[in-house]
Amino acid sequence: MKIHEYQGKDLFRKYGIAVPRGIPAFSVEDAVKAAKDLGGPVWVVKAQIHAGGRGKGGGVKLARSMDEVKSLAETILGMQLVTHQTGPTGQPVRRLLIEEGADIKKELYAAMVVDRGSQRVVLMASADGGMDIEEVAAKTPERIHKVYIDPPKGLTDAQSDEIARAIGIGDAMLPQARAMFGGLYRLFVETDASLAEINPLIITGDGKLVALDAKLNFDANALFRHPDVVALRDLDEEDPAEVEASKFDLSYISLDGDIGCLVNGAGLAMATMDVIKLYGGNPANFLDVGGGATAEKVTEAFKIMLRNKGLKAILVNIFGGIMRCDVIAQGVIAASKAVSLKVPLVVRMKGTNEQEGRALLAQSGLPIISANNMAEAAQKVVAAARGQTS
Amino acid sequence: MSILVNGSTKVITQGITGKTGQFHTRMCRDYANGRNAFVAGVNPKKAGEDFEGIPIYATVREAKQATGATVSVIYVPPPFAAAAIDEAVDADLDLVICITEGIPVRDMIRTRDRMHGRKTLLLGPNCPGVITPDEIKIGIMPGHIHRKGRIGVVSRSGTLTYEAVGQLTELGLGQSTAVGIGGDPVNGLKHIDVLKFFNDDPDTDAVVMIGEIGGSDEETAALWAKDNMRKPVVGFIAGVTAPPGKRMGHAGAIISGGKGTADEKLDVMQASGIKVTRNPAEMGTLLQSVL
Repeated sequence: MKIHEYQGKDLFRKYGIAVPRGIPAFSVEDAVKAAKDLGGPVWVVKAQIHAGGRGKGGGVKLARSMDEVKSLAETILGMQLVTHQTGPTGQPVRRLLIEEGADIKKELYAAMVVDRGSQRVVLMASADGGMDIEEVAAKTPERIHKVYIDPPKGLTDAQSDEIARAIGIGDAMLPQARAMFGGLYRLFVETDASLAEINPLIITGDGKLVALDAKLNFDANALFRHPDVVALRDLDEEDPAEVEASKFDLSYISLDGDIGCLVNGAGLAMATMDVIKLYGGNPANFLDVGGGATAEKVTEAFKIMLRNKGLKAILVNIFGGIMRCDVIAQGVIAASKAVSLKVPLVVRMKGTNEQEGRALLAQSGLPIISANNMAEAAQKVVAAARGQTS
Repeated sequence: MSILVNGSTKVITQGITGKTGQFHTRMCRDYANGRNAFVAGVNPKKAGEDFEGIPIYATVREAKQATGATVSVIYVPPPFAAAAIDEAVDADLDLVICITEGIPVRDMIRTRDRMHGRKTLLLGPNCPGVITPDEIKIGIMPGHIHRKGRIGVVSRSGTLTYEAVGQLTELGLGQSTAVGIGGDPVNGLKHIDVLKFFNDDPDTDAVVMIGEIGGSDEETAALWAKDNMRKPVVGFIAGVTAPPGKRMGHAGAIISGGKGTADEKLDVMQASGIKVTRNPAEMGTLLQSVL
């Protein structure tokens, strides 16, 4: 789960990580009032969306007068902000963060993630702040420094100093770095974060270490013990189809193709998308219905897929295993009737009572196309999506 | 022979009294040697009772002492599952198989750290388990699709493993052992560990290795196999079409920071002498082609 920058900075403050003074704003009036309350000659008007790359997309601007705050707030609030992470249509801006201007002497980078190889939290930092860190990692990996944190010990002062020195933080500022990195680690662990990124981490003209940005992601598996984090969720920033699917315990992700897929199991669901592509089609979604493909779940899944008006065909691929194929067939038939399915439906089922399942589909009177294996299913659904009968 | 488990393995079920635990314990008990294999359950509140004749003990240690079991399987709900693994490790079991999906990563980091220097191996979490056909099934996979034979299978996914096994069985190729290592980012045995076991198993002739986007375990295994594997390995990686930055069902199936793509993995596997296919319908025929 992701949160906004201003929410991340609130958490930073709680953990003693220095951030600029700032106030969130939901309207132009809010923005002007926030600037007045903050005072000072310079303000930063920052679009609050979950995607990164906001600065380059024109969502972060400097204001030198109250009039400028007002006009920038008018421009940015409601704009479709397009960044490399939003896709071509962009994301509408509904919230702003108004911040005091900062005197930037140096821009650095710091982040914490879980390193899968060592199975530890890693603190990464670079002197190349403010840039796209993926680019730094690809082109000059030696400019990214890492320390791996021993779970019982936590981040040690020695580790913090090592990282700070490596990215050019002077000895006089090491205590500030310890407070910042130590706070970041406590925050990471105590909130079950999966990513905590500060880009840029700045050194100000008067020698202060300040987090100018805050990007936090949280482990979805741990949200049950963090109602305070769940309260920060902004559903406007999420795909409505994905939100709807999660209510029914379905794992759904929208893609840009026109062939819907309904599969049990995440690996098989990805493989089904891949095989559709391999035979020249384009998957419209990832959808894992989980272990039990009941009629209710299949019906809800159909409804969610059919929200996509460009959908041309659906492929159901179920490896029944322990589940019986006749039960799955009943579910698919009930769901097709419940949503008055208009697009062609290809069904591939495998497992116990396969023959009975196929017979039920054939007898249903519904125009369901049966397939014996994944390749045949993919070929048939691609043909059906192109309006060809097979 | 086989790897990890066989017909004489004795198993403790942690979470035997829950709905999932009951259902799958029945299925496992009814498979091959299951009636002799599933000898104990654990639930501190129901110690002294039994589940359909399987005695329930208060702790894993007691269950081990009373029955001589060396393996446990866990169906405990996510908030308590890491502690259940800890208990099995503290009882010095040989192998613990964690089926539970949805364990917080922080819990697994702590549990994995505690396991350093201990003898217990962990399979999973978020995995279907392990099966040695006609001998023992420990986990949630459908037993009937398997057939005894000489092909090893290792995979991060449940149903995709069944798909591969189903294809092999249809071609008349039985399996020595099929191992699901699970879809979580912080887990126990990895592809490389299971490849090593298969390499040393005289009754395994070839291996199907199935991976998916996220992390670099498949690359690590492939690079090891290049210099060490004495048996043919074929592979498939799910998620060539997966968009970056999205968690594809499994907690660990995510392309992050441009790393962990399917193409990257397929390239390394191919360069390491592992035959790969981009068509999941051809995993079985590809394996057949290298025998």
